[in-house]
Amino acid sequence: MTSLRSLVFLPFVFLLCITLAAPAVAVNPSEILDDPKLEERARDLSTNLRCLVCQNQSIDDSDAPLARDLRVLVRERLVAGDSNDEVIDFVVARYGEFVLMTPRFAGHTVVLWLAAPVLLLVAGGGLLILALRRRGVKPAKPKELDADEKQKLARLLSEEAKV
Amino acid sequence: MLPELRVLFLGLALAASLLQVRGGWADIALERQRFYAGLQLAGCLGAFGVLLWTFAASDFSVLIVAENSHTTKPLIYKLSGAWGNHEGSALMWALIHAFYAFLYANTAPHVSRATKQKASSIIGALNAPTLLFILAASNPFERLAPAALEGQGLNPLLQDPALAIHPPILYAGYVGFVVPFGIAAAAILSKSVNRTVASEVLPWGFSALALLTLGVGLGSWWAYRELGWGGWWFWDPVENASFMPWLAGTALLHSAIVMEKREGLKVWTVLLAIITFALSLLGTFLVRSGVLTSVHAFATDPERGLFILIIMIAFVGGAFALFAWRAPLLRNGGVFSPISREGALVLNNLFLSVACAAVLIGTLYPLALEAVTGQKISVGPPFFNATFLPLMIPLLLVLPFGPFLAWKRADVAGAAERLLAAGLFAVLGAVMAASLAERGPWLAPIGVALGLWLIAGAASEIAFRTKLFKVDLSETWRRACNLPRSAWGTAIAHAGVGVTVLGVVGETAWKDEYIGLMRPGDQTEIADHMVTLESMRPHRGPNYVEDVARFEVTTPDGLTRYVEASKRLYPARNFPTTEAGMIERLAGDLYVTLGEPQEDGTQTVRVFYKPLVNLIWIGTLFMIAGGTVSLTDRRLRVGAPVPAKARRRAEVSAIPAE
Repeated sequence: MTSLRSLVFLPFVFLLCITLAAPAVAVNPSEILDDPKLEERARDLSTNLRCLVCQNQSIDDSDAPLARDLRVLVRERLVAGDSNDEVIDFVVARYGEFVLMTPRFAGHTVVLWLAAPVLLLVAGGGLLILALRRRGVKPAKPKELDADEKQKLARLLSEEAKV
Repeated sequence: MLPELRVLFLGLALAASLLQVRGGWADIALERQRFYAGLQLAGCLGAFGVLLWTFAASDFSVLIVAENSHTTKPLIYKLSGAWGNHEGSALMWALIHAFYAFLYANTAPHVSRATKQKASSIIGALNAPTLLFILAASNPFERLAPAALEGQGLNPLLQDPALAIHPPILYAGYVGFVVPFGIAAAAILSKSVNRTVASEVLPWGFSALALLTLGVGLGSWWAYRELGWGGWWFWDPVENASFMPWLAGTALLHSAIVMEKREGLKVWTVLLAIITFALSLLGTFLVRSGVLTSVHAFATDPERGLFILIIMIAFVGGAFALFAWRAPLLRNGGVFSPISREGALVLNNLFLSVACAAVLIGTLYPLALEAVTGQKISVGPPFFNATFLPLMIPLLLVLPFGPFLAWKRADVAGAAERLLAAGLFAVLGAVMAASLAERGPWLAPIGVALGLWLIAGAASEIAFRTKLFKVDLSETWRRACNLPRSAWGTAIAHAGVGVTVLGVVGETAWKDEYIGLMRPGDQTEIADHMVTLESMRPHRGPNYVEDVARFEVTTPDGLTRYVEASKRLYPARNFPTTEAGMIERLAGDLYVTLGEPQEDGTQTVRVFYKPLVNLIWIGTLFMIAGGTVSLTDRRLRVGAPVPAKARRRAEVSAIPAE
């Protein structure tokens, strides 16, 4: 357990399935379906299903036996003629919503899904209103330059022209 | 014996740090602050030196050495083992913090001396809780009795040069944001929030951000090379922990530029300085407390997590309270029209902050939901891609306009005219990409256009400012030499963003893979590469054994290259790893890994082709270079302090004679 804990604590390191024995790409040649269309759908679905024993790794990426079982399950359902949604529903019914990499939009995830767009609208809208309001206010007319300043300006401009 | 010296060293550092607290209210002189900061640094250096020594000497009577080291490891990994664990990395954090406190106190101020005194006192004192934490709850020198005969070894995945230096650099980035935080807090306290505060913040912000970028980039590069399936970004909570300060820090620098030039966005800049450091601390808390694996893992061993949580709440809560108390007194100067350089930078801040919030919410939401309702959900890469990317696209689209807009009030049509060539170039690139690519999503050419738009936009700005092709070349050269370094830095960093975008688009849209069983002599073709498995042989390394597969690869340009991939076993931990073999080219990497050998003598082989993938890190290097070049700008230079005597003399001579 110590080694596992020290790993979890490992500072700011990009560790994913490090708690697993061997990190490697998952899909094995024996699992690949003969029908390339079906296999492509299987791969797409796999990237959105989480390996339950890993940290934040999809079953498409994980080498864990459980991930393998899930991959085979997904392919079995597809071969049996399930649609993508049916496969997902089937897996969720068995393993719970935790298995989905993209949480479903529902009561308990409203805040999660809407937070960023709402924040953008509120902040962006606020800035827009502020900008429109400010538009009405004309900035004070700048003071005329006095003779000394005019001379300075002319000198600077002529220097700039030389550059 | 040596490890027992730690109390002495850490005690010294803690005492010095506590002595710096006084500077907050009593005006203790900067010279005194410098002395204390030096003492603090000496204490931390001593303690960290002892730690390095125990690792170098493989002193297995010390617990973390026994848990993380092994006598057969190469020296560099023995040393990197010192920070490859919780206790050691906390000590490294304290050391880096002390280093910043020392460096900050010893540079010449842009702000008034009183503010500088307060700032260096705050920065120095902020290290006290960490030091206390190490002394009280996270002792890196805990003894193991009886001493172990052999260590358990460092996780082989971490035995990689990129990862050996990744934590110190990342920490240097994280902790670096303590300086802007300290300056902001001191400025509010002394009620002098003006443009000099921005001048004071900018160099530290630039260096912290450059280091953070390097740290994040190294981590991503390591994951790509070592984890064995060529992924480079996973939206893992640990990655997000480092990405949030990056986003906030980037926003901070851009708003500080407005504050420095135009005295605008003062309130916002100060707030961002606080937020950025708060996110650094939040990252520490997330990673260290174990809360990420599950809320329950945190609950079972809450001591350390709680300590960090308390530190975080105290710092951040205190800073926010201070901000809320004093912010109403701040007046934003510099009125500007929405279409202006300031306006563009406000837009930049809007998108970066919302993006940062999106990452924050996505990272914390599952934890919060589980704590409140007990429901367990996962928030994975598809969610982040769906929320983060739509925020980045408009930001990157308008980015090239920014440097072309004048301060106060600008002319978009004029900027658009100057960017016409860049726009045409980008469209042309997209058309070419669309015609060359035989497959891949329809969005990919648009992504290519975006990347090229950023690069060409940055180049246009330099071309415009140097009057390229409008005057003769020697004149352009002279102008290029005279261009402020900050203009160069901006252009280089912005072009770097474009380069990274190209890499990301290329890798995600056009990657190819082969997964199959091969025997020596078998061939396969992937992305115009002919790959032949030539041989398999066993090999013994310094602390591992491996099976090495050698492949002959004919690249699209007709060259023959050889690449080796292996499956390793590290007996010290009985830990298998896969070592990917790579042919790295700018056009794309061929990435070969081995899977399980089969009983019939065949070998599972996975070959990936990753087009343009190296541009991701090359772009990152551009961003770092851009930050570094900006740092050398005359305005941002941090000078060596002037000795007190010389200063007094200068002050005396500055008084005009009657």
